[in-house]
Amino acid sequence: MPRRVSIGLATIAVAFVLWFGLTTVFGIIPSGRFPSPAETWSALVHVSGRGYGGGDLTLHVYNSLRLVVMGFLFAIATGGPLGLLMGWSRRAEAVINPIFLIIRPIPPLAWIPLAILWLGLGDAAKIMVIWFSAFVPSVINTFAGVRNIDRPVLEAAYMLGMPKFRFVTEVLVPGASPMIFTGLRLSLQASWTTLVAAELVGAFYGIGRVLNVAQQDLYPGMILVGMIAVAILGWGTTRILGLAEARALRWNTAALAAKG
Amino acid sequence: MNRQISLLQSIGLGFLGLACFLGFWQGMSMSGLVSNIFLPSPFEVYERFTALIDRRFAGATLPGHLGASFMRFAYGFLLAAAIGIPLGLLMGWYQLLDEIVSPLFDALRFVAPIAWVPFAALWFGTGIGGPIMIIFAGAFPPCVINAYRGAKFVDPRLIEAANMLGTPSRRVIMEVLLPSSVPSIISGLRVSAGLGWQSLVGAELIVASAGVGYMMVQGQANVQTHTVMAGMVAIGLVGLALDTALRGVERVIQKRRGLEN
Repeated sequence: MPRRVSIGLATIAVAFVLWFGLTTVFGIIPSGRFPSPAETWSALVHVSGRGYGGGDLTLHVYNSLRLVVMGFLFAIATGGPLGLLMGWSRRAEAVINPIFLIIRPIPPLAWIPLAILWLGLGDAAKIMVIWFSAFVPSVINTFAGVRNIDRPVLEAAYMLGMPKFRFVTEVLVPGASPMIFTGLRLSLQASWTTLVAAELVGAFYGIGRVLNVAQQDLYPGMILVGMIAVAILGWGTTRILGLAEARALRWNTAALAAKG
Repeated sequence: MNRQISLLQSIGLGFLGLACFLGFWQGMSMSGLVSNIFLPSPFEVYERFTALIDRRFAGATLPGHLGASFMRFAYGFLLAAAIGIPLGLLMGWYQLLDEIVSPLFDALRFVAPIAWVPFAALWFGTGIGGPIMIIFAGAFPPCVINAYRGAKFVDPRLIEAANMLGTPSRRVIMEVLLPSSVPSIISGLRVSAGLGWQSLVGAELIVASAGVGYMMVQGQANVQTHTVMAGMVAIGLVGLALDTALRGVERVIQKRRGLEN
């Protein structure tokens, strides 16, 4: 086992023992402040069996995941093409950029009250704020990706008289894709943060709702279960995106390997 | 790309874009398609913004709320920098510490800062301590990561030269390692400030009794869309000012190092 992995595992084991020791054995941390491992486990059993905050764990996870995926895909579907357009045409960039300069400094979380005013506490408001948070990074990175494509590649495509549609699908999108994926990763993180915040402000289902109810009930075990669920979902979706990236950019790694 | 355009053209097109955006907004709110209550015109938002400067809403004027928010932000951000930068540097210099802390840090990094809200409220209350902890949760990771990168990727030739000349290790740290990681630390601070400010807004939406986020929630509860929008403008302006200030610091430091590009 490499040194790094064994030290990492040892650290996590020590952290776990400390957690157990401080809460359960010595009782230095009172259970009203931070749950013991046993309390966390019972909270997990509670939410997966009887349910908590309006549904069981599967329902909450399903709802949060569904909203993030929908808002995220919607943002890519709108932000990607806009970024391509801005990268492709200096005119489009000149028209759209100032609007971005105004909207960009407003953090996605600040859209939550407006989304609630416009669309209420249901799914539509969540999708709107997730869209806002994921839209900006996807536009900016797609745009930067297009501008980073080697000029000779573009010129060769022009010279060979490539039709417009094929130029977009076979030159612009693949050329910009390394940057596009960087943008997607940022978008995905922003989506989770925004969703949790929006659900904490007001929701009927979802992990944020579990956290919110647990906070009002002063139920530390459930708070920890909610946080772990958020972390696992964030990690899992990032991982899936990473796999998709590796698959989509196989040509790129092959090209890099061939180079050196 | 397809055609270069002159500066004049680009400014003209920029104004055209803005005019279209504001015109569309104004048109939508004037046409009566959308109720004025839900979509006030840009002019009404501006009026509300100026009115809030000396009229109280939700317990304070807009500058009062901004002041309360900014105080919390400053505490949380400085705390994150004061703990995060030394931790990142030490992790970059001492491999064992890196190997011990990294797994914990990576596990915690996936918890969205805003998910700390319930514990923050439980541990530190909803007044000033809770929000500070949320800002800390948002601003801490970029401080650590960039200080770590700055410390880890020092040009090895510099360290070798210092070692060869028999520089004592304390002086190597103070005069070689620390200065060469400054640019990376500053860019980390810029990212931190942005995330911290955004986390603060989120925290104030959920738990707070003062601050711009609280003002917006009250505006939302009273169906005062223009107050909510005025709050968004204020948040955007402060965020922009923070970013510009740190960008300025970044540029000054890069210029002094001759790293300017």
